[in-house]
Amino acid sequence: MHYLAEGLRLPTNGLDYTILAIYFAVVLGIGFAARASVKTSLDFFLSGRSLPAWVTGLAFVAANLGATEILGMAATGAQYGVAVVHWYWIGAIPAMVFLGLVMMPFYYGSKVRSVPEFLLQRFDRSAHLLSSVLFAFAAILIAGVNLYALSIVVEALLGWPQWLSIVVAGFFVLAYITVGGLSSAIYNEVLQFFVILAALIPLSVLGLKRVGGWGGLTGSLEKSHGDDFLTAWGGTGIGDANPLGANWLTIVLGLGFVLSFGYWTTNFAEVQRALSAKNLSAAQRTPLIAAFPKIFIVFLVMIPGLVAAVLVPKIGTAGSDLTYNDAIPLLMQELLPNGVLGIAVTGLLAAFMAGMAANVSSFNTVFTSDIWAKYVKPGRDDAYYLRFGRLITAIGVLASIGTAFIAASFSNIMSYLQTLFSFFNVPMFVVFIIGMFWKRASMKSGVWGLVAGTGAAMVNYFWIYKQGIVDIPTDQGANFVSAIVGFVAGAVVMVAVTLFTAPKPEAELAGLVYGTRSPGLEEPPGEGDDAWYRKPALLGWGAIVIAALCYVPYSF
Amino acid sequence: MSELHHEVSELQRKSATAARLFDIRRIIGGLFAVYGVIVTIAGITASDADLEKAQGININLWTGLAMLALGVFFLVWLKLRPLIPPPAGPAE
Repeated sequence: MHYLAEGLRLPTNGLDYTILAIYFAVVLGIGFAARASVKTSLDFFLSGRSLPAWVTGLAFVAANLGATEILGMAATGAQYGVAVVHWYWIGAIPAMVFLGLVMMPFYYGSKVRSVPEFLLQRFDRSAHLLSSVLFAFAAILIAGVNLYALSIVVEALLGWPQWLSIVVAGFFVLAYITVGGLSSAIYNEVLQFFVILAALIPLSVLGLKRVGGWGGLTGSLEKSHGDDFLTAWGGTGIGDANPLGANWLTIVLGLGFVLSFGYWTTNFAEVQRALSAKNLSAAQRTPLIAAFPKIFIVFLVMIPGLVAAVLVPKIGTAGSDLTYNDAIPLLMQELLPNGVLGIAVTGLLAAFMAGMAANVSSFNTVFTSDIWAKYVKPGRDDAYYLRFGRLITAIGVLASIGTAFIAASFSNIMSYLQTLFSFFNVPMFVVFIIGMFWKRASMKSGVWGLVAGTGAAMVNYFWIYKQGIVDIPTDQGANFVSAIVGFVAGAVVMVAVTLFTAPKPEAELAGLVYGTRSPGLEEPPGEGDDAWYRKPALLGWGAIVIAALCYVPYSF
Repeated sequence: MSELHHEVSELQRKSATAARLFDIRRIIGGLFAVYGVIVTIAGITASDADLEKAQGININLWTGLAMLALGVFFLVWLKLRPLIPPPAGPAE
């Protein structure tokens, strides 16, 4: 939860509000202009599988670049220093490349419309229903939490009452997604991506100038926070103490492997962007194109975080009334003149709305095509599901507005629920990876892997860690360990259940498991897709190499 | 071919997005050109207080020009490589 300190009110003027108003008008305009393209449910939920790779790629990175992520990662930078790069270079890039190079042929090629639908094809209805229902709940919860976070930030920065910004932002998201569907959500994400860059780049440049450049920044921080604050791996030996509360092994396995692969490869709010691409090559390139901006965005959140730690050395501690989350708002207030300030406010609001919209647009797809069309009202014509999709979008937004108001009074329950749902992503990844690579994995093993992995991660977190049975210094570190535990438990149970239950008939696995081919799938490659710079392998390995090289200056 | 393949392929055949969705480059180009002009003007007319706040850098001017350049880039790209609509689908 984000509590911004009092006294961060921005000196906005008419110029800034003009910039904001133009943005809101364009957002609605995109929604109504996209309306003409929505003819089938596939247009509404997956943009008719027809978007170019650069659009879906930027939407893929923007769907993750919500404002909670931006403020939160700047906070992580202010608190832990350069170690924040782990969340990007090891905690995102390898998983995004894996999604593009290894998993996407199965996802896109099998023509599933959602992540749960893949589980239905590969395993059975129980795995499908469990993952659909949990995803739908989590999406509304996260959308609501985003909305609530927006209202707190807007109240602190602009002085609007919380209910007003919840209702206004909720209304805009409702309007543009209900009318324009996923195309409208994706187009707005692409726009948001550029606006947020236009906000963060000037902020980082001015921040660096303020503290005397990179040299001045590192000089002051080494004095006040110690040398390890400016290295990625300093103090992460096993048994060493460091503020992160994690060692290199839990960082690599817990964050870099389990948590990040779970999030990037099975979170439908992300994968949906790739599934809307126009052909397999574009779908594969979606997360790969997203990986390149992702590598460098960390500088734009880390630098403001570090600068804030120099300007207010006591930030986040009892000695200061500023919390870590205030890093970016503080610099906006201190450094940006009207004009760029309006761009920055617009960027933050856009990021909040896009974060919420990504969840709403994936919620309506799962609720309509996975829950309603499979278990409640199957066999209706497509126009019915399109109408229902619009209706459930409106209901979903209203439910998130409700969730936001609940979050306003019970914020502890909300963060608890978020932790709970985060444990579900981990076994999802186990089930996917075993299901995609092991033909024998039985139909029933899917649902039991999900249940066992989630259960084990929760037991580890809420009992072994919270009750102090094993000593882990921080929540962050405990999260990493819980993820590893959930992964191993899910895998063991899947193997055990498989040994005693029936496999899926081989004919039904075509196109879903490694080493099989899906009949009738060979689409002709798109024109120009054989250009060298569009080769998925080159893009993927290129991203990995650049991310590894980025570590070099911060590792020795 | 599985039932799912059949259903999705059928929907994809009827889909209207490819043929009727407008090009996002026009919107990015237009918005950034407008923002670029507004922010550049704010930079040209910057007060001393603005400059002092921004560490002596005329940040509005530079950001405005960069946004304008990005907007123009998208409009030029759109002009040079317009979207070719796919061959018309079967009549309704």
